[in-house]
Amino acid sequence: MTYVKILLLGIITLLALLAADWGRDPAYILHAWIIAAISFGMFIYQLRKADTPQLADPEHGSYADGVIRAGVIATAFWGIAGFLVGTFIAFQLAFPALNFDWAQPFANFGRLRPLHTSAVIFAFGGNALIATSFYVVQRTSGARLWGGNAAWFVFWGYQLFIVMAATGYLLGATQSKEYAEPEWYVDLWLTVVWLVYLAVFLGTIYKRRERHIYVANWFYLSFIITVAMLHVINNLSIPVSIWGSKSVQVFSGVQDAMTQWWYGHNAVGFFLTAGFLGMMYYFVPKQAERPVYSYKLSIIHFWALIFLYIWAGPHHLHYTALPDWASTLGMVFSIILWMPSWGGMINGLMTLQGAWDKLRTDPILRMFVLSLGFYGMSTFEGPMMSIRAVNSLSHYTDWTIGHVHSGALGWNGMITFACIYFLTPKLWGRAQMYSMSAINWHFWLATLGIVLYAASMWVTGIMEGLMWREVDDQGFLVNSFADTVSAKFPMYVVRGLGGVLFLSGALVMCWNMWMTIRGAQPARTPAPNAIAAE
Amino acid sequence: METYSMLREIADSWVLLAMFIAFLGVAVWSFWPSQSSARKDASMIPFRNETAPARAKDNKTGGLGDKTKALKVETKNV
Repeated sequence: MTYVKILLLGIITLLALLAADWGRDPAYILHAWIIAAISFGMFIYQLRKADTPQLADPEHGSYADGVIRAGVIATAFWGIAGFLVGTFIAFQLAFPALNFDWAQPFANFGRLRPLHTSAVIFAFGGNALIATSFYVVQRTSGARLWGGNAAWFVFWGYQLFIVMAATGYLLGATQSKEYAEPEWYVDLWLTVVWLVYLAVFLGTIYKRRERHIYVANWFYLSFIITVAMLHVINNLSIPVSIWGSKSVQVFSGVQDAMTQWWYGHNAVGFFLTAGFLGMMYYFVPKQAERPVYSYKLSIIHFWALIFLYIWAGPHHLHYTALPDWASTLGMVFSIILWMPSWGGMINGLMTLQGAWDKLRTDPILRMFVLSLGFYGMSTFEGPMMSIRAVNSLSHYTDWTIGHVHSGALGWNGMITFACIYFLTPKLWGRAQMYSMSAINWHFWLATLGIVLYAASMWVTGIMEGLMWREVDDQGFLVNSFADTVSAKFPMYVVRGLGGVLFLSGALVMCWNMWMTIRGAQPARTPAPNAIAAE
Repeated sequence: METYSMLREIADSWVLLAMFIAFLGVAVWSFWPSQSSARKDASMIPFRNETAPARAKDNKTGGLGDKTKALKVETKNV
């Protein structure tokens, strides 16, 4: 087996070096060098340990937590990177001079923006989802992760995907699909990683020691499966050359637009909602030390969400070439979706029934509750904005940006921070986080940041929507586009400051994590049936 | 009839009905009285096996006492 690995790694190194030589654009050449370097390093590593006798996995009777520790650190790292880029591009919008001449074309807004969105959604959110799903599926199945080192392959494979996507954007490799910018070979790589992820997750569920599959695992599983389907279909493309990054989409015109927003909205629905609800259904009961309010409601919540979300995409395409019936369908399903969303929020909040007093003393629980509050707010705002008449005002304005960020910073960000605070002491064998007051600081910095962000974007979004449609008594438009841009300046500065606050909160978290982890022994649980491995 | 129209007609009649019935079925099933102990048991899952995988012996079989599955797991583990 080792020799097969060595052979394959050698071949991959050779092909990557060929690709580096024959590559047609900078992004492709850089990626070929990265792959060559990694596979050559692994080649050497495998070669050196080829004749060492393989020891049986000593940790057989315990949970595979190493990969989760790595995932928690990666989540924090990419979070900082993503928030930093986001804050910078917020100030680029307020002060265009920050698109420095010397950094063109790499650091202009157009290239940094997908870097920001991918970093926060896929790198920060994705690592949080992978790490927590590995944690939750083991605990709720009472079984170690299936597939041995496959979980490590998922972790490192995913990091490689992030690095290739991010460097690709900066060097101009993009297929111009929002939230699906990476080019064809990066997409293919992600598909491989994702299928292994699915296998590890399903394998662990299959060998579970619990009769029932806990509801958090249903949400995680639906997230993994649906993202696989969305990713493959939205990225159907034909490369122009196997030695270059450029590819051409298979769909075109309105079909392409519909596929894109079917993907785009379900990325929100299954990546940022279903997956994070999986976190909610495990970590909120754990932190509140009470079972979920209603398990029956969670079953209905799950199936209603699954049946409804997949149809909501067309609301991104009101007043376009998309047929009216399709955009009406998207609108109606988006409005119905309000109900299961709030059902889930209520289920999470009511889990605290009889434990509300903990909110006074437990800043982590407070973060969970705040994230559920933001989930409720943005799942009300979203359906409202999907109504065609409201959309005619809100679409293409900053209101959309504000909506996305109240969901992403408030719901996804806060619940991820809370999970990190829950996991860090557990995974590194500490009683609790190093500083509780630092968690309080983080809570308030992040909350104030989100409030500044959302409020300024509501004001500027509605203002610019109204300015765009304002006509005088002769029927002429009153404002030029540049008028709206200059009118938005103060709100853009406020938004940037909100970003600074949110970023500082995350930095406080990293310091707290560092202090918690430093000097502490990794959590090693005594293995009760360690002998059974023979 | 072209494929698109045919698929569309199937989708917005019978498939829609089937999915709606499936959803109603799930909703009714989740409230089915005989399942209530299983629901209660499932909601306690996060509070078990926190630090180490379950051993075959203390395998939790839910509130239903499913002995066959417990036995199966035990033999698999040896």
